[in-house]
Amino acid sequence: MDLVQQWSPSMLRVARMYVPSQAVAEDVVQETWLGVLNGIDRFEGRSSLRTWVFSILVNRARTRGERERRTVPFAALAREESDEGPAVDPDRFVRAGSDIGEWASPPVRWWEEPERALDSGEAVERIQSEIAKLPEMQRLVITMRDVDGLSSEEVRSALDISETNQRVLLHRARAKVRAALEDYYADA
Amino acid sequence: MPDLLNRLLRRQPGLSCRELVELVTDYLEGALPPRDHARFEAHVAGCANCAAYVRQMRETVALLGTLPADTLSLEAEHELRVAFRGWRATQL
Repeated sequence: MDLVQQWSPSMLRVARMYVPSQAVAEDVVQETWLGVLNGIDRFEGRSSLRTWVFSILVNRARTRGERERRTVPFAALAREESDEGPAVDPDRFVRAGSDIGEWASPPVRWWEEPERALDSGEAVERIQSEIAKLPEMQRLVITMRDVDGLSSEEVRSALDISETNQRVLLHRARAKVRAALEDYYADA
Repeated sequence: MPDLLNRLLRRQPGLSCRELVELVTDYLEGALPPRDHARFEAHVAGCANCAAYVRQMRETVALLGTLPADTLSLEAEHELRVAFRGWRATQL
């Protein structure tokens, strides 16, 4: 039961990416746990238990969430979303001349103590809305890795994507969230 | 002269600021081959802007880890508790 308490918040968060309401997300989490209980005999111990639980969860949430939307396999989506050009806007770098490739508009320096950013709650909203805008796989990977603290191996095997794809998706997602925080700081 | 030296270091083959920012995650994940890892760190040591970028990426990751969590409703948790108890009974 401790596992339910420990993992359910992360599971809810992941489920919520696919389904329209918190209530449905709760259903998905419950169904997942019941599925885990019924299927525990099939758990082969080749991945961690958490990986196995999350792979069941993601598949259920995805099935529950799609109505007419076609479901592209994670691996194919991951490849597609890894292939978007540079993660940082190329306009921020010098394009020609002897300084080519150096910063043209360097990172805006922000909070001396970044946790201060969270005090207002606005930075939290900004992070959350940026995550919501990310393409599906980037959103899943950054949420599982950075928000919920799963390991790269757990995420890789729960989503059945390659190590490299996992890292590229994480990279793109993090770069966008950093840029959103920078914008927020520059506006504030 | 340190500026010139730093600029020269930065100009080592294949690692401009623009390239460095694309390697940050590989760097933080420990996925860079040793040579590139060293080159990455040499660049950051001589480039305040890239150092700021890497620091902000670390801070971004840290902030992501503090987002508030949802919890299951009490009913849902209760139902699961009952289900787990039932399951445990069948396992004995």
